[in-house]
Amino acid sequence: MKIIVPIKQVPETSDVKMDKDTGTMIREGVVSVINPLDLYAIETGIELKEQFGGQVTVCTMGPPSAVKALKEAIAMGCDEGVLISDKRFAGADTWATSYTLSEAIKKFDGYDLVLTGERATDGDTGQVGPGIAAWLDLPLATYVSNITAIDRSSITVERLVEEGYQTLRMPLPALLTVVKEISNPRLPTLRGKKRARACTVPTVTAADLAVNESDIGLKGSPTKVVKIGYPKVTRGGTVVKAAGEEGVSTAVDMLLEFLTGKELI
Amino acid sequence: MSYIWTIAEQSNGKLRDVSFELLSRGRRLADKLSTKLCSVVFGGGLSDDILSELIYRGADEVYVVDDARLNNFVVETYSNILSRLIREYKPHTILAAATSSGRTLMPHVAIKVNTGLTADCTELEIEDGTNLLLQTRPAIGGNIMATIKTPNHSPQMATVRPKSSRPLPQDEARSGRIVRLAMDEGDYDSRVQELGIRTTSDGHASIEAADVVVAGGKGMKRADNFAMLRDLARRLNGAVGGTRDAVDRGWLPYPAQIGLSGKTISPKLYVCAGVSGSIQHLAGIKTSEVIVAINQDPDANIFQVADFGIVGNLFEVIPMLNEKLERHQRGDK
Repeated sequence: MKIIVPIKQVPETSDVKMDKDTGTMIREGVVSVINPLDLYAIETGIELKEQFGGQVTVCTMGPPSAVKALKEAIAMGCDEGVLISDKRFAGADTWATSYTLSEAIKKFDGYDLVLTGERATDGDTGQVGPGIAAWLDLPLATYVSNITAIDRSSITVERLVEEGYQTLRMPLPALLTVVKEISNPRLPTLRGKKRARACTVPTVTAADLAVNESDIGLKGSPTKVVKIGYPKVTRGGTVVKAAGEEGVSTAVDMLLEFLTGKELI
Repeated sequence: MSYIWTIAEQSNGKLRDVSFELLSRGRRLADKLSTKLCSVVFGGGLSDDILSELIYRGADEVYVVDDARLNNFVVETYSNILSRLIREYKPHTILAAATSSGRTLMPHVAIKVNTGLTADCTELEIEDGTNLLLQTRPAIGGNIMATIKTPNHSPQMATVRPKSSRPLPQDEARSGRIVRLAMDEGDYDSRVQELGIRTTSDGHASIEAADVVVAGGKGMKRADNFAMLRDLARRLNGAVGGTRDAVDRGWLPYPAQIGLSGKTISPKLYVCAGVSGSIQHLAGIKTSEVIVAINQDPDANIFQVADFGIVGNLFEVIPMLNEKLERHQRGDK
């Protein structure tokens, strides 16, 4: 089974501090990591390979430094990585990104399944997975929480929807975007890390893909960011201390009064 | 002037509330452009009676494609039909809900009709002069608000979070036209088969759709302790959620997870206990109308975003709150 996992490198946010005056994220010293939601797609790909044999190819569109994310995925157990990198790809929105990724995937040596994370934690759109499926005309299941059956030619999945879980069956090749419930991502092994260090990750450029210049990067993006604003984080609410039984009672009374004032109770 | 479209959602022949929320947003845009507002619905067995509510709540026209095969959402077929309708009717703008189906359908359609799409918009305006849709959305975990437009492609497309706007009141004096459109056999994609929906007892939608969400974090200490939060949620007619910590410890199922790697919620009231307020969690609750936090640590981040905070032991505060709330609701003093 040939599996392709397109991933994204995002800024690590777990220890990010906020600038209280401007309400912005302090970016200095923030390292980049594999989009945490992509780890579930990588893990799912590796598990399917372990079950059926085959190969997991991880790819990303990004600057040369994104090779680090690919190597991390290889250290987890992916077989190979492909870096899709070119200055002309920079500034791409989800339309141009999904176009470029789908053109790159077309160049790969066939595939049965494309797996992506549900969305990236920085852009937070969840549009690239469905976009790739549309470009490649692949059957699509989003928010997949479980693969209930799979053979060489078809797959049955459960997807997380508002009412519960919807079951879909579709032929392969197909594209799935997966959610956290589907797997528990493993940590890279020492052997995996060694292999990742030793392997070379090829770079694919705009020229290699023979993509139309007007369809890639910032220029090829239908959407344009026209303004960035920084919302203040602080709401400046009331904070009361509740110590001792009386303190707790008073604090709760104040809360009930507050909620009544807001017509919430 | 071409129309503003909103994509209504239905489940078992009933319209979902989000269909009406979208109409109140669409109405403003249509009025600004002096054009018509059209609600587009796909489903099976949708009566004029049911569809009339779309008109009563703001639509001038309702385009309905009624076919049993559209009962449940399958992206390929929905995308084929919507793309065909877009090519045929050339709407100015299409708004859909940022639900599991809206977030799947819209990016698929945007590729097929070759236009831009902005996810999870919180504000939508028409730009003076150009008449383009200005789409504002939170990005990078809610730390920035980006305003985005699609200058050279049409239609303008955006998804909007459920619960981020209120439906217009029903006005049965409003009149409009229900247009029944046929599905083209070629639109039907037989590759994907829908085998059914397994509904879960809680209905995970709950935290995204609820007006009130009560959540617990690491400070709850044990799964059993969530009973008091469920109690509180019941009194407030709300749903129970939690942080990633609470879910990773197995205290709550994943669909109840709030934050960057879980759900983003915008309830009228968010009450949390034992939640420190990591940046990932805050990203999921920032758009809540009112935030109430109970935490032992006075320096916890959560107090920065709280409208009302109580620094104290949640195991004392929550039971007291439950008790007083019960008395309050009984009308006692």
